[in-house]
Amino acid sequence: MAALIEIERLTKRFGGFTAVDDVSFAVDRGEVLGFLGPNGAGKSTTMRMLAGFMPPTAGTARICGADVVARPVAAKRSLGFLPEGAPTYPEMTVTGFLGFAARIRGFRGSELHDRVANAMLLTQLEGVRLQPIETLSKGFKRRVGLAQALLHDPPVLVLDEPTDGLDPNQKHEVRDLIRRMAPQKAIVISTHILEEVGAVCTRAIIIARGRVVVDAPPSVLEREGQSLDDVFRALTLGPPPADGAAREAA
Amino acid sequence: MAPALVVARRELAGYFATPVAYVFIVIFLVLAGALTFTLGGFFSRGQADLQPFFSFIPWLFLFLVPALTMRLWAEERRLGTIELLLTLPLPQWQAVLGKFLAAWAFCGIALALTFPLWITVNALGDPDNGVILAGYVGCLLVAGAYLAVGSALSALTRNQVIAFVLAVALCFLFAAAGSPVVTEFLSVRIPVLAEVARALSVADRFNGFTRGVIGARDLVFFASFIGFFLFLNAVVLDHRKAD
Repeated sequence: MAALIEIERLTKRFGGFTAVDDVSFAVDRGEVLGFLGPNGAGKSTTMRMLAGFMPPTAGTARICGADVVARPVAAKRSLGFLPEGAPTYPEMTVTGFLGFAARIRGFRGSELHDRVANAMLLTQLEGVRLQPIETLSKGFKRRVGLAQALLHDPPVLVLDEPTDGLDPNQKHEVRDLIRRMAPQKAIVISTHILEEVGAVCTRAIIIARGRVVVDAPPSVLEREGQSLDDVFRALTLGPPPADGAAREAA
Repeated sequence: MAPALVVARRELAGYFATPVAYVFIVIFLVLAGALTFTLGGFFSRGQADLQPFFSFIPWLFLFLVPALTMRLWAEERRLGTIELLLTLPLPQWQAVLGKFLAAWAFCGIALALTFPLWITVNALGDPDNGVILAGYVGCLLVAGAYLAVGSALSALTRNQVIAFVLAVALCFLFAAAGSPVVTEFLSVRIPVLAEVARALSVADRFNGFTRGVIGARDLVFFASFIGFFLFLNAVVLDHRKAD
């Protein structure tokens, strides 16, 4: 069977600027892929194309075999997506917002109620279920976005900075949650917290100036005798390494 | 429930969760009432009908409807929720339709709240309620036409002021296209365009409704007008989602 997430030669240009340049990778069930890179490297753009929000300039992305451009609704059904900044409708209550997402996904009646309750349980939102989202702290807002992505128990999860704005305890809980779900799902998380990669990811991709410079398990990266921090800095600061050099480093 | 209706329901609830809905409805009712009784000469005409009220509707909606539509997509962009909405599993046209339906239903609520005018004419005289009903249908269709225009323009820019000004200007064009000033000018210079202008005039079509005539051609006109601009909205959205 093909991998749950397949990205082939994905490219995005904005005018003359190439934000994502010929990126290819696949993520299979059981994998947690850490998507790393400095700000502006093309992480969010890649995720937006994978989620079917932005059409790619070239290349394809498939979720569970469904092309995100040709069969967008089928692809989105199998996907739980946390967009950058975890946007939510501020005037809605937590249950109202999750109920809206569940209804769009076709859940009704008691199943809708169960799905919303379960998503709130997983992300520890029961205490604020009737509060308008705009009154919540940053950490809660992020978890509301996360709950929305988990609602339908999707086989593919794409989470753009899922732990940004959370306190250390909440970070720990979200990482635990990701680790628990990992065996059944293909998960992509973007982050610039390097310790997180070692903590939850089975594989790391470092992207710089729109290109993949490293694709390897975090343990392999660290075994080079350097910390992840050093590897990251070496790969993303200097001039872009030639393709062959990057593979060797990996 | 179709996804479009789920979106519409959320949107409509959103209007009433903020002061937008109340400000809009109160201003609409005050202006409609004031214009009807002063400039419209509701009493002095000595006729039991709602003609003075209906005659101001295209011009009142000209400013109020763009105020409603300017935030439709611009607000989603500002909050980033457009990324959420358009990555949920619903066809994009259903999201466009849902937002439109919510705004349209909201205009319907505002129109329904002018019922005291209807009670007044019925208490004072013996109006033809069929004509009044046709007039209200016309009002709703004019609102729908302006909403479709405004919604498409809101998708075009993330700046709400630009969306408002462009929507007022374009709606004005369609409202005034059939007025004597425009058609006479055009018939002297470019006679072909005079016919086109008259055919595209929202206000001209609306006048038929206020006389109690619901013509099939007018219904087709409004349906295709709204359909065209909603289609445009979906196309624009597809190209400028992330800007």
